[in-house]
Amino acid sequence: MDVALKQQNTPRFKGLKTLLEKLPTLKPAIFLLCLYPLMSIVYGAFTDQLGPNPVEAMIRSLGDWGIYFLLIGLSVTPLRQIFKTPGLIQFRRMLGLFAFFYVSLHFLSYIWFDQFFAVEEIVKDIIKRPFIAIGFICYLLLLPLAITSTNKMMRRLKKNWSRLHKLVYPISMLALLHYFMMTRADYLVPVILLVILSLLLGYRVYKKYQ
Amino acid sequence: MSIIIKTADKSAIRLSEITAESDYLDRRNFIKQTGLFATALWAGGSSRLASASAADYGRDFNHRIKTAYGQGEELTSYKDATTYNNFYEFGTSKKDPVENAQQFVTDPWSITVEGEANKTGTFHLEDILKQAQIEERIYRFRCVEAWSMVVPWVGFSLADMLKRFEPTSNAKYVSFETLYDPQRMPGQKRRVLDWPYKDGLRMDEAMNPLSFMAVGLYGRDMPNQNGAPIRLVVPWKYGFKSIKSIVKISFTEHEPPCTWNRVSPREYGFYSNVNPDVDHPRWSQKSERKLGANFWDPKTDTQLFNGYAEQVAHLYKDMDLQKYF
Repeated sequence: MDVALKQQNTPRFKGLKTLLEKLPTLKPAIFLLCLYPLMSIVYGAFTDQLGPNPVEAMIRSLGDWGIYFLLIGLSVTPLRQIFKTPGLIQFRRMLGLFAFFYVSLHFLSYIWFDQFFAVEEIVKDIIKRPFIAIGFICYLLLLPLAITSTNKMMRRLKKNWSRLHKLVYPISMLALLHYFMMTRADYLVPVILLVILSLLLGYRVYKKYQ
Repeated sequence: MSIIIKTADKSAIRLSEITAESDYLDRRNFIKQTGLFATALWAGGSSRLASASAADYGRDFNHRIKTAYGQGEELTSYKDATTYNNFYEFGTSKKDPVENAQQFVTDPWSITVEGEANKTGTFHLEDILKQAQIEERIYRFRCVEAWSMVVPWVGFSLADMLKRFEPTSNAKYVSFETLYDPQRMPGQKRRVLDWPYKDGLRMDEAMNPLSFMAVGLYGRDMPNQNGAPIRLVVPWKYGFKSIKSIVKISFTEHEPPCTWNRVSPREYGFYSNVNPDVDHPRWSQKSERKLGANFWDPKTDTQLFNGYAEQVAHLYKDMDLQKYF
């Protein structure tokens, strides 16, 4: 906490704090920004700019963005607390739903363009290939979070809502495991993502036990 | 006539000095006898054969002999085959090699031959090329990542080259090594693989007529990102066996270490024959996606030995392919 206060007193962090405070007024623009990756993938698909293996490029890119949004969503609470900008809370649901959105498209593009809806093959793939099984489990675990993301469900579930939504921690870990397992030799990007996730989860552990 | 050369120094020697003329003629007869050429020549009968002898190849490969291999296959576009490459020496993304390999200088180039052979030493690539009968062969190429392409390679028979080094009866395997030079191959600055890249074949696999040393594709010099100036092409095996930018060839008595096999022996066997019935832990090998295929194109069924069973199945006839994958 002391560290956080000290940080706020330096001009650089004041600038960041001011920026974070302004973000809620830019919410519609940020919403559109979150759609940009999808638009660029769709544009690339229609203009033949996804390279010689467009299906792979699309599936990979959608999966990447699913993980990025999970991490961005997990950074809302730390930023909000460190910089005392409570307004950021209104982004948490939106970012979480964008993570769900991109993971859904990732999964959909796999069953559509990689497997052409061949149910038997998909089931075999999930059973035989641990990295696909883990990705699938991630998606299954995200479903109840998306379904219970409304205000109504929040009120209805009361305390259980936040308990349920702690599922996002194991989901993020499994999502990164999925990434590690599909990587052939170059672990640079998943390692960077793992460092970020560790900081985000480590912050929560620190807050709990401080 | 022929001199046995075992040289420790780096000075390269001319391959022409060590190749007996009779060997050379025998090889030509052998090729004629296969009858392949009768059907192989696209244009103008056996005069092509004559014009293809020895030193009159320009590196434009205009004099390459067009063979029957792969006739009727639909070629992958030049752009797709040269912009989507697994060549970790120039970066691990498929787009990296074409971007990072443009400054790579491959002339002069020499290959060191060592191990269980009578004629070892270091040879200039240009001299190896002078001895070679340059052909064009259209081969299917299947990557272990379940994508594939069809490429018209320019090059020469691996067996023809290896025979000139006179491997001894101890030579049970032949192994190849890629250049290790992080200044020229920037991807080697990071240790994503245990450089230098190595791979190998059993001697009978290497001597199979399908095994090919490629120095070009689509009638042009080999693009850097595809393994310039000289690479192996073993069309019935997964692509990573077809090692690129070769600087060393060793004849060995024992199975040589192979880079991907060492990374993960469970995933990448020494043989790594294309086989839809041997499951890979990550990628289904039942089918493949052709480069250039669009979203709606169905995947293509993968064939045993990538469709070359007729030529190579006998090499493995008493082997359990599930075990020796």
